[in-house]
Amino acid sequence: MNFEFSDEQRQLHDVVERYLGEQYGFDRYQSIKRSEAGWDASVWRALADLGVLAITVPAAQGGLGFGPVETLAMMGDCGRSLLLEPLLGSAVIATAALRKFAGETAAAELLTALATGEKIAVLAHHESDARFENRRVSTTARRIGANYRLDGHKGVVLHAAAADVLLVSARTSGEADDADGVSMFLVPRSAPGLVLDAYPIVDGRRAADVYLKGVEVPAASRVGSEGHALGAIEAALDIGLAALCADAVGVMQALLDATVDYVRQRQQFGQPIGRFQALQHRIADMLVHLEQARSMSYLAALRCTDENVDERRRALSAAKVVIGQSGRFIGQQAVQLHGGIGMTDELKVSHWFKRLTADQLMFGDSDTHLQRYAALTRGR
Amino acid sequence: MRLEFTDEELSFREEVRRFLRERLDPNISEKVLNGYELGRGDYLAWQRSLHERGWGGIGWPVEFGGPGWNSVQQYIFEEESALAGAPRLIPFGVKMVAPVLMTFGSAAQQQRFLPKISAGEDWWCQGYSEPGAGSDLASLKTRAVLDGDCYVVNGQKTWNTMGQYADWIFCLVRTDPLAKQQSGITFLLIDMKSPGITVRPITLLDGGHEVNEVWFENVRVPVENRIGDENRGWTYAKFLLGHERTNIAGVGIAKRELARLKRIAARERAHGRPLLEDPLFAAQIAQVEIELWALEITNLRVLSAERRSPAAGPEASILKIRGTEIQQSISELMMRAVGPYALPFRPEAIEAGWQFDPTHEPAGPRYASTLAAAYFNQRKLSIFGGSNEIQKNIISKLIIGL
Repeated sequence: MNFEFSDEQRQLHDVVERYLGEQYGFDRYQSIKRSEAGWDASVWRALADLGVLAITVPAAQGGLGFGPVETLAMMGDCGRSLLLEPLLGSAVIATAALRKFAGETAAAELLTALATGEKIAVLAHHESDARFENRRVSTTARRIGANYRLDGHKGVVLHAAAADVLLVSARTSGEADDADGVSMFLVPRSAPGLVLDAYPIVDGRRAADVYLKGVEVPAASRVGSEGHALGAIEAALDIGLAALCADAVGVMQALLDATVDYVRQRQQFGQPIGRFQALQHRIADMLVHLEQARSMSYLAALRCTDENVDERRRALSAAKVVIGQSGRFIGQQAVQLHGGIGMTDELKVSHWFKRLTADQLMFGDSDTHLQRYAALTRGR
Repeated sequence: MRLEFTDEELSFREEVRRFLRERLDPNISEKVLNGYELGRGDYLAWQRSLHERGWGGIGWPVEFGGPGWNSVQQYIFEEESALAGAPRLIPFGVKMVAPVLMTFGSAAQQQRFLPKISAGEDWWCQGYSEPGAGSDLASLKTRAVLDGDCYVVNGQKTWNTMGQYADWIFCLVRTDPLAKQQSGITFLLIDMKSPGITVRPITLLDGGHEVNEVWFENVRVPVENRIGDENRGWTYAKFLLGHERTNIAGVGIAKRELARLKRIAARERAHGRPLLEDPLFAAQIAQVEIELWALEITNLRVLSAERRSPAAGPEASILKIRGTEIQQSISELMMRAVGPYALPFRPEAIEAGWQFDPTHEPAGPRYASTLAAAYFNQRKLSIFGGSNEIQKNIISKLIIGL
């Protein structure tokens, strides 16, 4: 039992914290958010130069071969800085999805390109009618000669427009909700028939609905054996969920810090409002929530690669429930304690609040995970 | 970063489990696991078993006859004991007055009192709260006036837990009424058999007799029973309150009670199915189980930090708030699990040996009879040991710095 980061992990954290602290202030974030693309290629290059994009890429593909705890160590700062670049989507989730297939040429080459920042990849898995269900895949992939032909609709794919390559899940057999029959394909974003309906999401990050209309890809762009990709996809999503938890805890800490600073300086009735017990107790509640959330972000990082799938999911669902509920409480109370100014676009508080709100709605909301947890623990 | 205990900690846990298997009387664990009351004899018998094993002074260093465990070992011991259904440690002797004796007591006091605490020969109780001094403890009024080689004590203490069993009481008394509140307090050890002491039971909302008023009328206390210096008692009292906070989260107890909740919900039926499978009820159990998991990891984080720098910090307030809220949620769910059979109220049912009236069919399941009373009783958790509001004051002052 030990909750310390190693020296190496702390260094990684320090590198990211220093870069974002110096280069990714609120003004920079605002201007990137308002830009056409919604992310900044120079930031991406800088992250690549710092080695951040390579941390979970295997050494054989030019990466650092690190795991979820290293990811945990740096994600909190990404949340605090409201990083808009597709770090979670590409350097964490797509990288995790590809890592299992690093023995295959296409996956290995893409991993190398992800590590250097030369390319960006995101997983396009959830469908417009799937809500948060991982198995519900109705996009089809039909073998036609040397190609596959993909048809379907992927909903709210984070950073799809920034990606050079989409990792698209599609059925090569079976029905929606079957565990078997899902395959994964590397699809260039520029592929004919692939149409993006791109938009910002509530917190300013970018996403898109992805329409696949007779998109043809060569058979070699299938990753892994036919019909057996769902396990790898779910494993990658779980690693992503753990990273999202860490990002959210960074945001919660930032909101608590900002709120404490604010109630110390804001004067009403001739004194700082932080002297009022009603507010002090609310802030104490925020801290209690934050520490439970932080504990669960550690649990998520430590369990997200567990070989025992039920145990892994039980831990991740528990983590997401706590992160979701704590994030909701801290976000809402941070706005409340800031009063009117907390409602404005001018203050970072509202942006952090929206990021936490978006995090609640990703990878399964608290209700979904509470139900999944209950189902997994029945009879225990 | 890792969650698991080390190999040494795991083998220590095995040692504790073996001891519990061998020495814990099934008649006692049966009562604890099913929520029935324990008597003085049950607690003392268990304390004597611990003492025989060399574990009578939980949390004590070796030089005072304790096992010399670190905080992780103590946590493991308390968790395993709770899960096995061992009586909870009555804290007033082992965990409260003993550390004060070891730190501030004279050698003579240490030799006189510590061995009997460890051996389960002396039962201690606490004389802190007064009718007018609860959260604001330093406003206490019980007076002690030096008369020759004795203090003469007059006043009233209240919320005195299990004082009806006690041989000794440690008391905060006012020796200098003119000094600033905190500066006029003295810490006395008083024999409960002293003339002038009256113990009056307070009946609680569950019908139980757990706490008392203790009245002092010209009670003579030898000066040699004073801890440390006169008028320095507040320092010792605060030290003691710090010790009250170790293992404050009660993770083991909550796990045990959660398991009982699940057993009950598996036997109760709703719509012809086990209540445990009712989606709404299952979600509420899942919610509290998840909260307990988060608390457990938070507790382990605090312990892990203590390995580097000992002394329970203000983080214990976080554990107290969450631990008590979770235990209260579990007790409430247990009551609700049995539906209308939480309603029949027979105080005698809380006693373990109670049998149903043989001339009548039992009114509801046996396990239902204690649940409403337990729910009522557990409301105390967020009030005692520093109310949860006081804990929030501590968090906002000492952690956040407001």
